[in-house]
Amino acid sequence: MTTADDTRLAMQEDSHLAMQGTIEALTTGDGSEPVVVNLGPQHPSTHGVFRLKVTLDGEIVQDAEMRIGYLHRSMEKLAEERTYTQNIPFTDRIDYLAAMSNNLAYCLAAEELLGVEVPPRAQAIRVMFAELQRVASHAMANGTFINDCGAWHTPLFYMFRDRERVLDMFEMTCGARLTTNYMRIGGVAFDLPDELLPTLESFLADMPERIADYEALLMENEILHARARGVGVISPELAVNSSLSGPVLRATGVPWDLRKANPYCGYEDYEFDVPVGEQGDCFDRFLVRMAEVKESLKILRQVVDTLPDGPYLADVPLHARPEPGEAYARVESPRGELGFYLVSDGGPAPYRFHCRPPSLINLTALKEMSVGGTLADAIVTLGSIDIVVGEIDR
Amino acid sequence: MTDLAGLSSVFGAWYDFRDLNNLQRLITEWIAEWGPDWLASIVTGVLGALGILAVVGPTLLILIWVERKVISRFQQRYGPNRVGPKGLLQPVADAVKLILKEQLAPRAADKLIFFLPPVLIFVPGILIWGVLPFGPRMSVADLNVGVLFLLAVSGTAVLVIFMAGWSSNNKYALFGAMRAVAMSISYEVPMVLALLTLVVFSGTMSINGIVEWQQQEDVIFILLFPLSAIAFFFAASAELNRTPADISEAESEIVAGYHTEYSGMRFGLFYAVELGNTLVVSGFIATFFLGGWWLWGLDQWVPSWIILLAKTAAVYFLLIWTRGTLPRLRIDQLMSFCWKALVPATLLFVVVAFVERTLILSEGWDTTVALPIMAVFNIALTLGAIMLFARVARPAPLRRPARIRMAGADIGGLRAARDVASRREEPQLQVGGD
Repeated sequence: MTTADDTRLAMQEDSHLAMQGTIEALTTGDGSEPVVVNLGPQHPSTHGVFRLKVTLDGEIVQDAEMRIGYLHRSMEKLAEERTYTQNIPFTDRIDYLAAMSNNLAYCLAAEELLGVEVPPRAQAIRVMFAELQRVASHAMANGTFINDCGAWHTPLFYMFRDRERVLDMFEMTCGARLTTNYMRIGGVAFDLPDELLPTLESFLADMPERIADYEALLMENEILHARARGVGVISPELAVNSSLSGPVLRATGVPWDLRKANPYCGYEDYEFDVPVGEQGDCFDRFLVRMAEVKESLKILRQVVDTLPDGPYLADVPLHARPEPGEAYARVESPRGELGFYLVSDGGPAPYRFHCRPPSLINLTALKEMSVGGTLADAIVTLGSIDIVVGEIDR
Repeated sequence: MTDLAGLSSVFGAWYDFRDLNNLQRLITEWIAEWGPDWLASIVTGVLGALGILAVVGPTLLILIWVERKVISRFQQRYGPNRVGPKGLLQPVADAVKLILKEQLAPRAADKLIFFLPPVLIFVPGILIWGVLPFGPRMSVADLNVGVLFLLAVSGTAVLVIFMAGWSSNNKYALFGAMRAVAMSISYEVPMVLALLTLVVFSGTMSINGIVEWQQQEDVIFILLFPLSAIAFFFAASAELNRTPADISEAESEIVAGYHTEYSGMRFGLFYAVELGNTLVVSGFIATFFLGGWWLWGLDQWVPSWIILLAKTAAVYFLLIWTRGTLPRLRIDQLMSFCWKALVPATLLFVVVAFVERTLILSEGWDTTVALPIMAVFNIALTLGAIMLFARVARPAPLRRPARIRMAGADIGGLRAARDVASRREEPQLQVGGD
């Protein structure tokens, strides 16, 4: 027999012994031996290739350890080799469920570096697409969250109908649905097509009814309450100290929204409100997202009504060489505070390109939220944080 | 019953499709003319088994299509529509795909025990069909302890599930098997108690006897014992691993539970048995609580098995509906719901059934008057029990409503959070709570 065979046999033996220990621990119930279960990297609920290593005592989570990096594509390094404009498609692929928000954050940083003034029509179009993106992303987030609670895809498909309409609007505007590559430094790539505004009007007209449907289906659902209330709780203090942002932070009751706190693209001109939760549990996150969709629709209404005329793109050289310096711009992406930090050494490409991903930072609190709950709770909590693995690993 | 039997003897020719038993009776009588007695009984048994297999096999294929199509319609999509007319051949295509796939087994699996479950799981799945009465004389085995047989046979499936989960040497599979065992054992208790209500009240353990009782008294059991019906429905959907109780193969938590490691047709067999069990349990719910093959005299004109199939389809649709709509409960919630709500409630109704039965038997109450009164009383009791449960047994976090406030001008950190929380005005959105 070869050594490889020996090793394999030994491994089998070990595996059997480990299994027997597991069974003993589970059956005797003295909890003497915790079980380590790897959720992922390929698992239905990890929303991509993300690995959660949980230590279980029976069904109770004792420890949760995140292992990330499976989707690392070295974006920040790649971006140092490309011009400022060429980097825009990368930002699509950082958070592929909110490409518009990522485009926007990056363009804002580049504009700050270059000192570009963005025309008002471009500003309004940017707000329009950022908010449409929020509607689409929250639809996805809430749908998958309820899937993680165990619903058999029905709410997800309902929400996908709306997301689909948003993606159709993206397609008719810029030709792409997911990785839009629409924003440019100094504005947007194309002006709005003629058919967009009527489509958007009918979308805005239909949405209140749709949202009422979802509320009827989900909000008073006793099982959803039982699964999500009091689960994955995080205190406002810990949330602030962990630098959480977005709906996860707002669900704890902290009214922090960059669109209000640090307005960009003329958000100060629109009337909208910031919904906050009370308990900081999974259900509050779900409710906050639902309420945010309504607020986004309000903003969209105002954007459509006050859409200014004029150029949609400022005159920016394609191979801009900004002065040496640095810039940081942040936006309220559907997942939280999304920031881009750019350093220029005077060359055509950024010297340093850094992204502050909200998913990654929101995820750091997962251990605090899930320890002490059951395995099923940990899954629900993970779903309620709404991570995008592309953004975590970049 | 008597006039129906009379009709059967008049129209009892082999082509009388209202009662498929006629054909079989003719064959056995023909054998009895020239052959030994044992041959006739063996042929009868084989014919019955073949009949069941011939019904179950194609029905499963159709069911896969039906379930996928109905779920698709719930989910605003078309469902299978490519293979064959209306996608009807999709299950065949799936089966061919599954058969052609490689049958993987984990290296460290316990081989023999790993191979057996997909086959063994079929045994209880098929055996149960034997006691389902499709008509007055149309069950393969009309046992006088049919209810006992049903519970005993369906209880063995959990052993097979545990074999599958243990032998896979996979933690998800083991968790799934553990959950399945815990849940099956727990939910068998309310299931037994719910059936005990019927057994006590109708005074028979024969499944056909229970249907005949409903026919005789002109009432279906769901009206007399609604809570037993609800409890049986929920317990059955828990035993079947269907949402909202599909924790033993909770996809979002433990991938596929006990059959995570099974690939190809082995997975297909688990899947098929699951569907078959769903169908047969729908059939039993229809039989026990909805009157089975009997429908207020209509069964004299429409073949009884068509009536049963129609009722089964209705129950099955309800099962698909719950599956398509509801999220899943957690294991501790399911357990506490079983032991704290279903078991006491069904036990209460066993006592109620005893009392009411005594009133009819010993006190000589006239059933035509007593049954409606009892039905009204029991329905009121059921509603009361459900409302009491909703008030008393809700877990603490659910008592408070979840509230969403609007921050307004207060934007900032913890201090702003306190400001928003301390506002007196009504919150924007308030859901749940007592």
